[in-house]
Amino acid sequence: MSENIGRIVGVNGNLLTVEFDSPVTQNEVGFATLGDLKLKSEVIRIRGQRAELQVFEDTTGLKVGDQVEFTGNLLAVELGPGLLTQIYDGLQNPLPALAEKCGFFLQRGTYLDSLDRQRKWAFTPSAKKGDTVQAGDKLGNVPEGIFEHRIMVPFSLHGKHTVEEVAAKGEYTLEDVVARLKGEHGEAVEVRMLQRWPVKFPIKAYAERLRPVEPLITKVRIVDTFFPVARGGTYCIPGPFGAGKTVLQQITSRYAEVDIVIIAACGERAGEVVETLREFPELTDPRTGKSLMERTLIICNTSSMPVAAREASVYTAVTIAEYYRQMGLNVLLLADSTSRWAQALREVSGRLEEIPGEEAFPAYLESVIAAFYERGGLVKLRDGSTGSVTIGGTVSPAGGNFEEPVTQSTLKVVGAFHGLSRERSDARRYPAIHPLESWSKYPSVVDDEDVRFARQGLRHGNEVGQMMKVVGEEGTSLDDFIVYLKAEYLDAVYLQQDAFNAVDAATPAARQQYVFGRLVKILRTKMSFDDKDAARKFFQALTQVTKDWNRAPMPGDGKTADAEGEKQFKDLEARIEKMVEEVTDYA
Amino acid sequence: MHKIYRRIEQIAGNVITVEASGVAYRELAQVTSHRGTSLAQVIRLDGERVSLQVFAGSRGIATDAQVRFLGHPMQTSFSEALLGRVFTGSGTPRDKGPPIAENMINIGGPSVNPAKRIIPRHMVRTGIPMIDVFNTLVESQKLPVFSVAGEPYNPLLARIALQAEVDIIILGGMGLKHDDYLFFRDYLEEHGALARAVLFVHTAADPTVECLMVPDISLAVAEQFALQNKRVLVLLTDMTNFADALKEIAITMEQIPSNRGYPGDLYSQLAARYEKAVDFDTAGSITILAVTTMPGDDVTHPVPDNTGYITEGQFYLRNGRIEPFGSLSRLKQLVNNRTREDHRTIMNTMIQLYAGYKETLEKQAMGFRMSAWDRKLLKYGERFEKELMDLSVNIPLEEALDLGWRILADCFEPAETGVPTALVKKFWPKAAAEAEEPVAVAK
Ligand SMILES: Nc1ncnc2c1ncn2[C@@H]1O[C@H](COP(=O)(O)OP(=O)(O)OP(=O)(O)O)[C@@H](O)[C@H]1O
Ligand SMILES: [Mg+2]
Repeated sequence: MSENIGRIVGVNGNLLTVEFDSPVTQNEVGFATLGDLKLKSEVIRIRGQRAELQVFEDTTGLKVGDQVEFTGNLLAVELGPGLLTQIYDGLQNPLPALAEKCGFFLQRGTYLDSLDRQRKWAFTPSAKKGDTVQAGDKLGNVPEGIFEHRIMVPFSLHGKHTVEEVAAKGEYTLEDVVARLKGEHGEAVEVRMLQRWPVKFPIKAYAERLRPVEPLITKVRIVDTFFPVARGGTYCIPGPFGAGKTVLQQITSRYAEVDIVIIAACGERAGEVVETLREFPELTDPRTGKSLMERTLIICNTSSMPVAAREASVYTAVTIAEYYRQMGLNVLLLADSTSRWAQALREVSGRLEEIPGEEAFPAYLESVIAAFYERGGLVKLRDGSTGSVTIGGTVSPAGGNFEEPVTQSTLKVVGAFHGLSRERSDARRYPAIHPLESWSKYPSVVDDEDVRFARQGLRHGNEVGQMMKVVGEEGTSLDDFIVYLKAEYLDAVYLQQDAFNAVDAATPAARQQYVFGRLVKILRTKMSFDDKDAARKFFQALTQVTKDWNRAPMPGDGKTADAEGEKQFKDLEARIEKMVEEVTDYA
Repeated sequence: MHKIYRRIEQIAGNVITVEASGVAYRELAQVTSHRGTSLAQVIRLDGERVSLQVFAGSRGIATDAQVRFLGHPMQTSFSEALLGRVFTGSGTPRDKGPPIAENMINIGGPSVNPAKRIIPRHMVRTGIPMIDVFNTLVESQKLPVFSVAGEPYNPLLARIALQAEVDIIILGGMGLKHDDYLFFRDYLEEHGALARAVLFVHTAADPTVECLMVPDISLAVAEQFALQNKRVLVLLTDMTNFADALKEIAITMEQIPSNRGYPGDLYSQLAARYEKAVDFDTAGSITILAVTTMPGDDVTHPVPDNTGYITEGQFYLRNGRIEPFGSLSRLKQLVNNRTREDHRTIMNTMIQLYAGYKETLEKQAMGFRMSAWDRKLLKYGERFEKELMDLSVNIPLEEALDLGWRILADCFEPAETGVPTALVKKFWPKAAAEAEEPVAVAK
C-alpha cells in the first residue's frame, strides 16, 4: 500500500486530527487503522503538519497514536457497465453483497468492489484504428439491460489521442483492455471498461451545454401542468415533515418519462429505501415492458448510517448520473433529503470550529448547494446526440419554515419550486404542492393560456375563500361563491391525485392535455343556480363523477384499457358534460 | 491490570478531563471518588487529554479521584434472565434482584443493512379507532406520541403495549417521575406482562448522563431478542429528556449549538436510535413507540421537529384524544389495503369531512349563519368525536369501520361524501337509504 503514514493525535466524533510527515492532498482518502480494520476517511482541512479527516465510519475504539494511511487518491467512484439495478451505500459499496458477506449489520471497514470483476460483457467495437478521439468519445458498446452502454475514452485523458487498437467483438471483463490509444506526445494509454472518477469534479466531456426546454413528464398533474420540470433542469421540494416529499419522489421515480432514475436516499429512513428496492424488481416499466429496476440505481445512506458518507452519497449519485448522460441518455436524480447532507456539513464544520453562519450552517453552504445543482443540465455531446441530468432534491426545513438557509440557498439556484404545505397535507390534499406559492421557469405540457386562466381562477377562488372567513357565506355573493366552488373543484379533481389508485396515480401528457382542456371549458362556463346550497350540491356531485372519471382508463393511455374500461371513460365524460349543460347560463 | 490515573485536569458540567495515554475513543472507565464509583465514557481525545462524561455526574468528584479505564465500550448483559427485571440506565439492578453479567454485548452497535430489511406487513391492533382506522400502527414502525406535559401518554403507551400481540416489551424510561415508573411496573405486573418485559429506568432524580444510555441499552437488548425471532415492542418515554441530556453535554463540550441550544447533530443522534426499529429478513422485529413531550406545545421546537423528520408518523395527544390532524402513520398504506376494501375510503372520507366540520366550527364561532351543509357537518363532527375519537372507545377495526358508515349515512347523502360510487353500492347502510323512501320503511 501507500508509504505515506500519519498518526492520530485527536478524536472528536467522526473527526480525526492526524500528524503527517510527507505531503498530503486536500480531499484525499486516508484509512485509519484499527486493529485489522481500516476505516475510510477524507482529508478536509490541513494546517501545518496536521490534517483533519472526516471518517466515513464509526470511530469507536480509535486511539491517539494509531496510524492513518494516506492513499494519494481523491474520493472516487467506479464507472462501467453493471451500475444499473445496484444498491450502493454512499461510498458505492454494494449493499446486497455486503449483506451476503457480513449478515444483518453493516460492519465498518468492509469495502467491496462496486462492480463485478468476473462478469463478462459482450463488447462491440465502433472506433477504428487511426481514429482521433478525446475524452468521452465512444470506442464501442456493451448491452446493459435495456441500454446500449457506451464504452468511452476515459474522462481523465487530456487532449487528442489516436486509436492504435480496438478489441474485436467479444466477451470481456471490466479489467480487460478493450482499446489502446496514443497521445499527442506518444504516450500509450490502455482503456478498460472500468474507469474511476473523483466525485467532487463534474464530468465535462461534452461539446456544449444547452438550455433545458423539453418538459420532463412526471405524470403528476400539478407538476406537469402547473409547475413543470424540464429535462436537464433542476427543482426542489421543500416541505415540513410528513407533507409528502418522499411519496412524491417515489411516484416520480416510478412514472417519470426518463431513461434512468438514480435515487439518492440521503440521511432519511431506511424503510423508505426498502420499499423501493423490494418493489421495483416486481414492477413493470410500461415504456419498456421490463422490470422498473432495470432503469434504476439506488444510492442509500440512510439516517443511522455514518454521517460523513451522506455528503459523499449525493456526489456519488450525481457522478454516476453524469456518466450515463455521456451516453446520450436522460437521467433523473432524486435526492432525499438535501437538508441531511447540509446538516452533515454543519456537524463537521462545528467540529472544525469554523465560524458558523445562520443556524450554525457553514458560511460556504450556499456555494456548495449551488455547485451541486449546477451539475444538472442538458448537454450536446460531441457526436451530436444530447443527454441530460435532471436533479430534484427535497429540502427538510427546520420547523417547516422555508426562511432557513438550506431552503433559501436552494431556491436561488433551481428552476422550479414545489413547496409542500402543512395545511394541504393535513387536509389530505395530496400531492400537497402549494398551488399559489410554487413556481417553475420551465414550459408546461398544456396550453399556456389555459394554465394562466386556471391559475387566475385558483387565486380568485382563494381570495373569496379568505374573504368568506371574515364575512361568512351570507356576506358572499352567489357569483363569488361559484368562483370559490370552481376553484375547489379544480383542486379536488385535478391538483389532487390519488397516489394509490392504479390509474389516477399517473396521468400521461396526452391525458393531461385532454382532461385539462375539458376542465378549463367547465371553468369558463357561466353557470346559474337558485342559491348557494344548490351550487354546492352541484359541485359536490360533479366532483364525485369527475373523480370517478380520473379512475377510468383513457383509451390509448397505454394502460390495459379493455373495451369496458374505455366505455366507462366515455360514459363518465358524457355524464359530466350533461351535468354542466344543465346548469349552464345561456343568457 | 488496567492503568489507573489520579490527576483530573478539569471538571466542567458532567465532563472530566484527565491526561492519559492508550485510551480508545468511547472507551468506558470507572471513576472512584469519596462519593463512590461511577462509570464514565470517553467522548473526546485531544493528544493526551481525555474527556469523559461521568454517568453519576461530576458532583463531589475531587481532582485526585481515581480513573480506571476498562478497555471496552459500553456493554450490557443479554440473556433470558433479564425478563421481569428492572435496571438503571447503566444496567445495574433497580429491583432487589442480583446483577447480571453473563453474555455481555456492546450497545449502540452498527445499523442494519437496508438489504436485510423487509417491507413491514403486519398491522398492530390496538382497539383504538383513531389508530386502527385512521393511523394504523404497523409492526416495526417507529412512532412517537407528541404531547404536552400532563396528557395521559404513559397510560396510552401501556395500554397499547398490552393490547398489541408482541413477544417482548422493553421499557426505556428517561427522566420518568417515580410514580410513572411504578405505574408501568404495576400495570405490567397486574396484567401478567412483567414476565415478558425488561425495564431500563432513569428517573428524574437520577444523574443526567445515565439518561443518555437508556435508549441504547434498551435497543441493544431489543435487537438481540429480535434476532432470536421475537417480536419486540420498545417503549421510550420521554425522548425530550434524552435530547435535553444531549444538549447539556454538548454545551459542556462547548459545541456550537444550531437551534435553541441543541447540538447540530440532534437529528443524527435521534435517528441512530429510532432507526433501530426493523423488520428483519428471516428474524423478528422491533417496533418503537416513544413519547416526545413538546415544550410549550410547540411542534416546531427542535425535539419534536427533528423527531417528526425521523419517525414514521406521530400521534398527537391533545385534550386526552388522538387528534386526527397532525397525527399520521406513514406505514398505514402498507397494511390498510389488506384489511377491508372500504378501509382507506372510510379513513379519507371521514377525515376530510371532519376538516369541514372544523371549518364550520370556526364560522359558527364568528357568528355566521349556518347553511344546511354546515348543520350536517356539525351533526357529523359531534358524533365523530364522541363515537370514534374518544380514547375510551375500545372496539376492533371492523366494528369501527361499520360504525363509520353508520355515522356517514346518518348525516349525509352518498354524493356529499365523495365516496366512490362502487363502494357506496356495497357499503352504504341500507336502512338509512331506505329511510329516505318512506314507503319502504312502512313495510
Ligand atoms: N400523494 C400522496 N397520496 C396519499 N398519501 C400521501 C401522499 N403523499 C403523502 N402521503 C401520506 O403522507 C405520509 C408522509 O409522506 P412522506 O413520507 O412523503 O412525507 P415527507 O415529506 O417525506 O416527510 P419527511 O420529511 O419526514 O420525510 C405518507 O406516508 C402518506 O401516508
Ligand atoms: Mg421523506
